[in-house]
Amino acid sequence: MSAPPSPSPAAGPEPVVALSGIRRRFARVEALRGLSLSVDPGTVTVLLGPNGAGKTTAIRVITGALGVHDGSVRVFGLDPDAGRNGEAVRRRCGIVSAKPALYDRLSGLDNLRYAAELYGLGWNADTRDRVMAAATRFGIQASLDDQVGGYSTGMKTRLALSRSVLHEPDLLLFDEPTSGLDPESSHAVLSMIKDMAADGTTVIMCTHLLLEAEGLAEQVVVMEGGLDIASGRPAQLMRRFWPEDAVRLGAEEPAALNQISDLPGVRGVDAVSGAVGEVDVRVDDLRRVPELVMALTTRGVRLTKVSPHERSLEELYFAVRAPHIRSTPSDGGLMPEAASRPDEPSPMPVTEPTPTAEEASVS
Amino acid sequence: MSWGRVRIVIRTELRQLAQARDFWGPMVILGSLFFVVVPTVLFLTITQIGNVEAVDNVSKAIDVLPAGAQASIPEVAASGRTSYALAVFLLAPVAIVVPLTISTAVGAASLVGERERGTGEFLAHSPAEAREIYLGKVIASIIPGYLTTFVGFGAYSLIVNLLVGPEVGGWFFPTRQWWVMVLWVLPPFLAIALSVVLRLSARVQSTAAAQQASGLVTLPLIGVAYGQATGSLFGAAGLGWIIGGMAWIIAIAALSRGMATIQRSRLLGVVDGI
Repeated sequence: MSAPPSPSPAAGPEPVVALSGIRRRFARVEALRGLSLSVDPGTVTVLLGPNGAGKTTAIRVITGALGVHDGSVRVFGLDPDAGRNGEAVRRRCGIVSAKPALYDRLSGLDNLRYAAELYGLGWNADTRDRVMAAATRFGIQASLDDQVGGYSTGMKTRLALSRSVLHEPDLLLFDEPTSGLDPESSHAVLSMIKDMAADGTTVIMCTHLLLEAEGLAEQVVVMEGGLDIASGRPAQLMRRFWPEDAVRLGAEEPAALNQISDLPGVRGVDAVSGAVGEVDVRVDDLRRVPELVMALTTRGVRLTKVSPHERSLEELYFAVRAPHIRSTPSDGGLMPEAASRPDEPSPMPVTEPTPTAEEASVS
Repeated sequence: MSWGRVRIVIRTELRQLAQARDFWGPMVILGSLFFVVVPTVLFLTITQIGNVEAVDNVSKAIDVLPAGAQASIPEVAASGRTSYALAVFLLAPVAIVVPLTISTAVGAASLVGERERGTGEFLAHSPAEAREIYLGKVIASIIPGYLTTFVGFGAYSLIVNLLVGPEVGGWFFPTRQWWVMVLWVLPPFLAIALSVVLRLSARVQSTAAAQQASGLVTLPLIGVAYGQATGSLFGAAGLGWIIGGMAWIIAIAALSRGMATIQRSRLLGVVDGI
């Protein structure tokens, strides 16, 4: 009798979501043009992109709410658009849509009850406990008996979040969950998402608000025109776009900073938008910074600022999208003026093959 | 298919309707008008006027009824005969028009309403199958209209018996044919209409458009249903059962077709080319 084959030690966990070459059109509009996406269990993936990039369509495809015209969809190893698989997949998913999708004429409790029953929890003492626990977790328990029509936007979002976790899903899909919320509520919602991710739930979140994704995303997928134009862990993507470390320097005399580029270890100098007298200096090693400072001081440059420059997700986003923004000036996406940002590094050619980092990919 | 989930959809739909005063207010008024106010005024007028020339003329209209129907009218005074004929034969359309109007209004807004409110997104991502949602909404649309008719039918029976009964020798309503019509003939006609209306509701862009389109569908259906209902009252004893039976077959076919063709993506309001 032969032993069952053991999994290859190199093989990672089976992805919760695996989309490959997804195409989906609506009439003549192609919303997804070959989207590929792989989401590992227990991770937070953020889909970034302007309006119309295909983020919501991707979410709909994942749950099987929409079928696809081409490509392969596997969620928990199943095709959600195939017969009873769809029900099995959707039972394990929790969704918060861009609009809270609540029944205004029902009370908060009735909305939660409807979801609990549709997701097969029934309506018994255990389910009531779950409902109260979910509502309490999101701070909406005191308003459960009120009609949802009277809720504020923040309360509706909290109720929608409560509804999404009632059945303890393995995969949470959030489509711009902070849309229309004030900063305090947005912060609270993002903290809650972080908590849920910490509990081991896989999370996929769509947003066009870059600050939301900062610190939350373990994987970033930048979408544009129905395609994933870059994906990977933020740190890896940053390292790929900006292989060198950078330090931000400020000087009393801006012109004095011109002499930096010929110093040893300096790979390049970028102006900083909106900050006169400051530059980002790309160096081969951050340990060179003390030498750099000493050399400048010796030359009589009076420095006002020396700080390591950590790239933000926003910078990464614009770097990834820059070629697309430039090539499509009529694009209705985010801040097209970013294409001319003076501090923006030269983007990596989008056709360049993926480097060694296994999770990262740039198409 | 899970009947449990169909029940859940029905219950939630009805719960929402119960909360909607702007819906059930007009529904109560419509039912009251057709089943209570109009018959009361009509029968009070006839019975109070008595055996005058006008009533005699109306009673002559009874002559155009089929022989079987004429035979069932008791040989009493002209006002009694007229009232009886009106109560049993000529007010049949009421039992058709009221439920179709109410149920169509509910059904037309059901699927497109989910899209307009954004709640279709919730249903589309839920484990419920599209056909379960469709069937749940069809049944939930039929219930208010049918319930109104049933309650109205009870009130109408009371009014007819109290006002016309003394003229024709006692309580006589509902007749057997009316029971057949309300319990056997009317439900499948409602189901046929709603199966079509919900498919329209899934396709159009707005509730207003759904109402317009539903009107086009239900008007001829009202005509057919009226003809069949009155036929089942006027005709031979078994005719109502036959008409109802045929209507049930068509209703089941129409519902099956609707369940098979409804697409989950319709809840999202996207153009599905698949």
